[in-house]
Amino acid sequence: MIPTSYILLLSAIIFTIGAVGVLVRRNALIIFMSIEMMLNSVNLTLVALANQWGNLTGQIFVFIVIAVAAVEVAVGLAIIMAIVRHQDTTNIDEVHLLKG
Amino acid sequence: MNPISFFILALLALITALGVILSKNAIYSALSLLAHFLIIALMYFALSAQFLGIVQVIVYAGAIVVLFLFVIMLIGGEITLETHESRPYARTAAVILGAIFLVGLLYVLAKNLGGFPEPMGAPDAGSVQAVGGPLYTTYLLPFELASVLLLAGMLGGIVLALRERKRRSST
Repeated sequence: MIPTSYILLLSAIIFTIGAVGVLVRRNALIIFMSIEMMLNSVNLTLVALANQWGNLTGQIFVFIVIAVAAVEVAVGLAIIMAIVRHQDTTNIDEVHLLKG
Repeated sequence: MNPISFFILALLALITALGVILSKNAIYSALSLLAHFLIIALMYFALSAQFLGIVQVIVYAGAIVVLFLFVIMLIGGEITLETHESRPYARTAAVILGAIFLVGLLYVLAKNLGGFPEPMGAPDAGSVQAVGGPLYTTYLLPFELASVLLLAGMLGGIVLALRERKRRSST
């Protein structure tokens, strides 16, 4: 079996890659993908710990997180589409007004 | 899962994760994201979470990445390319901040690691039956609330799309 600590290290690195992606990229779509990646790395942590302690609560939590992530993507992409129709850009540096 | 296959999977996961944030084209990012989600799904299978592995493939790889690709196709490739960098030092600062963040995470992990005993999960602990039991009994309320959240998200998406169309037809 793989030690749980290796998986925790892997998901820490993936989480950091996602965080750096949010900071570095200016494209709203890629920032969104990085956020999904961060959510997914936390899911990996929960699954690894559920396996570690033989407890299913972590897996059920991951199930709920996946549902929330799906909703978040649907609404977020709708917002990005609205911004693109309105301002013709996905660069978040150019979208700095909340006023429509 | 033996250590060699774990290291290969971990390496692939890191490469695809870097591919998401380093690709110039949003399409390549979305495809890297797809590969990343599939590799994570394989890890779920290896961690005896079969049901979650299947859900990961269906929801993340099947629905979310396809939605991303749909939006990229609708917007058109040329808008999604980043034309200019408005803040010259932002990239360096972001990498430095990320490195500090990683060092902090690794420090916390290294202080508390090593104390894990052998994993206690049974090989079939994550089967559909095993997860479905508590999901529909102990955790019924969060499950129902997730359905309310899905309804709210669906309505939100429809409203965002419809209002835009109405405004366009009235002008």
